[in-house]
Amino acid sequence: MSPRGLLASAGLIARKDLAIEFRTRSAFLSALVLSLLAIVIFYFAWDPTAVGAGDLAPGVLWVTFTFSGLLGLHRSFGVEAQEGAMDALLIAPVPRQAIFLGKALANLVFVLGVQAVALPAMVLFYGVGVGAAWPALIGVMVLAAIGLVAIGTLFAGLTANTRLAELLLPVLALPFFVPIVMPAAQATAKLLAGRPLAETFAWLRILLAFDLVFVYACMLVFPATLDD
Amino acid sequence: MTPRVEAQDLVRIFGGRRAVDGVRCVVQAGECLALFGPNGAGKTTTLRLLAGLLTPTSGEARIAGLRLPAPTARQHLGLISHRTMLYEALTGRENVAFSARLYGLSDPDAAAERALRALRIADRADVPVRQLSRGMQQRVAIARAIVHGPDVLLADEPYTGLDEQGATALTALLRERRDAGAALVLVTHHLHEGLALATHAAIMRGGRFVRYEPAAGLDPAAYASTYRALVA
Repeated sequence: MSPRGLLASAGLIARKDLAIEFRTRSAFLSALVLSLLAIVIFYFAWDPTAVGAGDLAPGVLWVTFTFSGLLGLHRSFGVEAQEGAMDALLIAPVPRQAIFLGKALANLVFVLGVQAVALPAMVLFYGVGVGAAWPALIGVMVLAAIGLVAIGTLFAGLTANTRLAELLLPVLALPFFVPIVMPAAQATAKLLAGRPLAETFAWLRILLAFDLVFVYACMLVFPATLDD
Repeated sequence: MTPRVEAQDLVRIFGGRRAVDGVRCVVQAGECLALFGPNGAGKTTTLRLLAGLLTPTSGEARIAGLRLPAPTARQHLGLISHRTMLYEALTGRENVAFSARLYGLSDPDAAAERALRALRIADRADVPVRQLSRGMQQRVAIARAIVHGPDVLLADEPYTGLDEQGATALTALLRERRDAGAALVLVTHHLHEGLALATHAAIMRGGRFVRYEPAAGLDPAAYASTYRALVA
């Protein structure tokens, strides 16, 4: 199949997943509530006289995004397992990579949607000054979301048919999230501290490199996770 | 003529158990192979091997001469299962149209409408699948399986949940597909329904075909006695 055909099939699958999520809104609302609760809990546990908001906020943000993202990732293959719909996808003449890409695209929209609400909420609660760093901060969010979603989609597919999927997914995926979350948190910290944009470039390059590696590697490995 | 379905010494082992053990069969265009057997005989595993959903431990399955799981081979396949394989949050029409788009049909909405009409479910196709009865869901599932006009139909207990009207419509549809040149492989516990459609019949036990013959001239009552004796 041509790259264009692959992308078209992936687009169909992503659109279908988003339509299902739009109808049910179950995972999105759960992830959103989890994110806001985490931000609030950290806020009340925070002693501003001991730790500055700019030091705490990046950690809070990435812990929140990591765990709320897992909710959406688990759901993405849950809808296929429910009535055996995965079988219909697998016998359709679409490459396995298109299934991965489609699922990853839908998950990316999901994670970015949660971030779009949680990030302003965090800025509001912790009173951190983002100022002119908004575009760069959004760039960090998007780059990190791509890496997290690639890894998460792979492991969600791998664990979908196991009885302990909800437990296995975080156990398997979280160690692989580290190379993404670490540079993302570092870059976020620099931006929230008002440091010059140039200081974040090294972290952004690492983030971009891990994105490329993970997206490519996960696309290659994904078909093997569907084997019985 | 290239067989539509061909299994050569298919073996599938699960954890040391030979679920399918050396199955060979050929189904030509316009033929229907009915697979009978008790639970655990290996019928569903055989069907999943023929659909490319399972990889054989040894042997191979071909669809229209193409080795599975090549996408070109899968283009020929339609699969009906006792599970609906539908998305419950989507409507029946959306489910069928989604499938039509995956198969690259030029007018997926029109194709979905035709398939839903053929299953007499078009009037209920705009409600979410979760709000339909099990029988209606099965009709949508069959519409989804046939929307791209497959020339090989694999059906695993397709009568599950269907009422008399639905079962009659399905039998008529399968017969029509067979007579139009499609190859069918039908897994069922119902000897009469299976034999009514079959050009060939096989009885499975312990992962093997213990009997495999043309269905023409088979007397259902005598065949039922043979079946009971073989699977006892």
